[in-house]
Amino acid sequence: MANIWVYSEVNEGRPRSIALELLSKARDLGTVDAVALGPGAREAAAELGAHGASRVLVNEDPAFAEYLAEPATDCLAALAGKGAPDLILFGFTSDSREVAGRLAARLGVGLISNAMDVVAADGSFRVTVPYFGGAKVATYRSNTSPAIVLVRPKSFEASEIGGQAEVVEIDAAIGEGSRRARIVERREEAAEQVKLEDARVVVSGGRGLGGPENFHLVEELAAALGGAAGASRAIVDAGWVPYAMQVGQTGKTVRPGVYIAAGISGAMQHTVGMKSAKVIVAINKDAEAPILKMADLGVVGDALKILPRLTDAVKARKGQ
Amino acid sequence: MKIVVTVKQVPDPNGAQALEPDNTIARDREVVLDPGDEYGIEEGLQLKEKHGGEVVLVSMGPEKARDAIRKGLSMGADRGILITDEQLAGADALLTARALAAAIKAEKPELVICATESYDGSTGMVPPMLAELLGVPQLTFAKQVEVDGQQVTVHRQTEEGYQVVEGSAPCLVTVTAGIAEPRYASLKGIMAARSKEVKVLKLGDLGIDRGQPAETVESIADADAREAGEIVEDDGSVGVDRIMAVLQSAKVL
Ligand SMILES: Cc1cc2nc3c(=O)[nH]c(=O)nc-3n(C[C@H](O)[C@H](O)[C@H](O)COP(=O)(O)OP(=O)(O)OC[C@H]3O[C@@H](n4cnc5c(N)ncnc54)[C@H](O)[C@@H]3O)c2cc1C
Ligand SMILES: Nc1ncnc2c1ncn2[C@@H]1O[C@H](COP(=O)(O)O)[C@@H](O)[C@H]1O
Repeated sequence: MANIWVYSEVNEGRPRSIALELLSKARDLGTVDAVALGPGAREAAAELGAHGASRVLVNEDPAFAEYLAEPATDCLAALAGKGAPDLILFGFTSDSREVAGRLAARLGVGLISNAMDVVAADGSFRVTVPYFGGAKVATYRSNTSPAIVLVRPKSFEASEIGGQAEVVEIDAAIGEGSRRARIVERREEAAEQVKLEDARVVVSGGRGLGGPENFHLVEELAAALGGAAGASRAIVDAGWVPYAMQVGQTGKTVRPGVYIAAGISGAMQHTVGMKSAKVIVAINKDAEAPILKMADLGVVGDALKILPRLTDAVKARKGQ
Repeated sequence: MKIVVTVKQVPDPNGAQALEPDNTIARDREVVLDPGDEYGIEEGLQLKEKHGGEVVLVSMGPEKARDAIRKGLSMGADRGILITDEQLAGADALLTARALAAAIKAEKPELVICATESYDGSTGMVPPMLAELLGVPQLTFAKQVEVDGQQVTVHRQTEEGYQVVEGSAPCLVTVTAGIAEPRYASLKGIMAARSKEVKVLKLGDLGIDRGQPAETVESIADADAREAGEIVEDDGSVGVDRIMAVLQSAKVL
């Protein structure tokens, strides 16, 4: 049986959902240790255990939350020095990818990033990764030990199996010079009403909305449907809406029941983040837009006219 | 302040997309300086304008990648280093980072600027590996960079908003798209770039070997594509009616 570590990000005493997704997969591949670092790690252990970790390796040193990447890299490297697993799984998130990158360079092993799936393959692992903007899927075989794989959020469904993990205190092993990139302040922008990743309905807007003054049309429809508003990167980069709303390759991956794309062309970097929605509806002025080639319902028309009428119709139906 | 900006040449995002029959990216595709790295160059140039110093561009790639460096030089960077060697073809992130680190170490920069991810690789693994190999801290996902003496402060974009992150030089910074509007090369800049130095380094100059790739490609297949569904032309009501029907059957109303 393979030994696997799942690097588990913790936020306010709870594992981030990506950690639970990874554990749900990892438990089918071998014996799993979750590694949880920073304040709240111990509190998160029960949930990590319930999702398949046999042991949760914890250390609550505040430095893990206060400094970027280096303390966690030191800790994992020290741990690997005492006995490396066959596979280390990370989520493809901003924080994890920095730790994974540094760790791989320190161990000299390389890694496979942006993975969609991992399966065991006689002593090694086979990893699938989107290729050529998502039009193709490449299957890689890992040549290193440990194999380090970063998996896209929402690739696996998180599910409990009701196990109980043994909690093991580990050495923080933070090097002298590793407290260097310090987070001195955290600022939250526009609190989301409904979390994009968890919403049953997502309504996203793109450059086709014409300007930031029209984005409220997307938000109003999302609110009427009890869902969340998302965005293409084009309008995030243009500063219309915060990054938290970005869907796609470099933003969030969503899997809602219904995804409505308004004024979004459907570039692969966008669709890779939403193509697993159950139903996709696209509103686009251009009958040739790529998004219409993948939508279950494509409406060729002006989003600025259709969105408000749709919002009214939804409200009328719901009796709001 | 001596600043190194890493720059990568990538297939033109606006060019025709094509694969060879063996699924490798078509070689004759138009190539350009990665748009993400243009932000890095712009940020480097602005920091130089404020604090003085030098902006050095470092790229690893085929001989043709010289054009990407040239473009950055015409924007105003001072000189370039091109790491090019047949043996580096198909390099993975770790080998790329090792080659870049070897070239950059010799420059002893105070600041290294990379893009958060490249257009084609888009995994963003080179920068953290590079920071580790250089032995410097990384200040990442910057949508703003400030330098005050040795202190470097960035606004690091997060899912919730941003963090203010402090470190001190030497360090590596990754910049997000939109950090600063990249300038156009002026005619004067283009002329000046012709006489700027581009040093060429081979694998042997770097004192590293090729090493083993972290993975082997076993197969490349078509992704499950979603089929196009129904397409309706909106006439003022049919669009809304059809969407309402879809929402109804998806049970979200
Ligand atoms: C490394 C990398 C990572 C990236 N990551 C992401 C990512 O995470 N997420 C992402 O979204 N993108 C990402 N991109 C960018 C992506 O390639 C596209 O540029 C972007 O998705 C385009 O956004 P858009 O569809 O809003 O704009 P456009 O491509 O400009 O499309 C606008 C659309 O609106 C339509 N339109 C215009 N007016 C109207 C109207 N009145 N009513 C209806 N339709 C109208 C047009 O026909 C067009 O189809 C990434 C790119 C790179 C290089
Ligand atoms: N071959 C290369 N030459 C120079 N810089 C590179 C190279 N590969 C990656 N980089 C830098 O690292 C960033 C992230 O690339 P990646 O890790 O491939 O997503 C790029 O935008 C560049 O700034």
